[in-house]
Amino acid sequence: MTIDWTHFTPWTALAGGILLGIASAVFILVNGRVLGISGILGGLLVPRRSDASWRVFFLLGLVLAPATLSLLAPGLISAPRIEAGNLAIVAAGLLVGLGTRYGSGCTSGHGVCGLSRLSPRSLVATLAFMASGFATVYVIRHLL
Amino acid sequence: MNRISEFLVGLLFGWGLLISAMTDPSKVLGFLDLAGAWDPSLAFVMGGAVLVGLVGFTVAKKRTSSFLGSAMHLPTSRHIDRRLVLGSLTFGAGWGLAGFCPGPGIVAMSAGEPKAALFVVAMIAGMLVFEVLDRWAKPSAARDSRA
Repeated sequence: MTIDWTHFTPWTALAGGILLGIASAVFILVNGRVLGISGILGGLLVPRRSDASWRVFFLLGLVLAPATLSLLAPGLISAPRIEAGNLAIVAAGLLVGLGTRYGSGCTSGHGVCGLSRLSPRSLVATLAFMASGFATVYVIRHLL
Repeated sequence: MNRISEFLVGLLFGWGLLISAMTDPSKVLGFLDLAGAWDPSLAFVMGGAVLVGLVGFTVAKKRTSSFLGSAMHLPTSRHIDRRLVLGSLTFGAGWGLAGFCPGPGIVAMSAGEPKAALFVVAMIAGMLVFEVLDRWAKPSAARDSRA
């Protein structure tokens, strides 16, 4: 294994991670909700009375994050570099949408919140999607 | 108060994703590429998030209501079943294919990235496919068990 020192950004990674942790902690303590993006979005696709507004307000905040942060601290945002072609993007979206709903969570719900509450179920889910992510990148970058 | 807090939490979470560079697929793929030049940054993202999250959830587990007085919606399911594992494996394959997971996809789309928008549309389509398949497979089962 070789470490990519030129792209390694431990401090911004840690700072951003701490913000993710604070947001997740505030959400469960103040609102009594688990911060899982796939569950929050997926729950909107089957409209239930009285259950939609908190999801909408959370997502509204999420959507306004780039505009507000670029006003406050533009230097903190790095432009995304996307290698995948359109076909791969569509396939990826379908797999992520289907998989996160079947598995009841994604990187936020299982990875951050689930591990934080020491859930064995979320640990299994996190190990599964990490392993699958490692394997997929290995196949694409080193076998194909 | 609830609505304001939900909005601010969404905003803060989005900032965290941007600052940690989770919204940059090349960064995510650099982490997932163990056999290439490996960028360990995302381990620091997860580490920082879980470290703070541990404190929050340890307190949350002892409470019967939230600070604003609402119920604690903590997941109750403890089953480790085929559904959980196969779903997560499927998600991981999609994550490795493009380098986007749900939150960063939505944030990158909002930053004006056309490919991220395409990803989010496909992701919502995938979620709708799940709703259809799930309803068809077991019409009467309880279906609101998140995480």
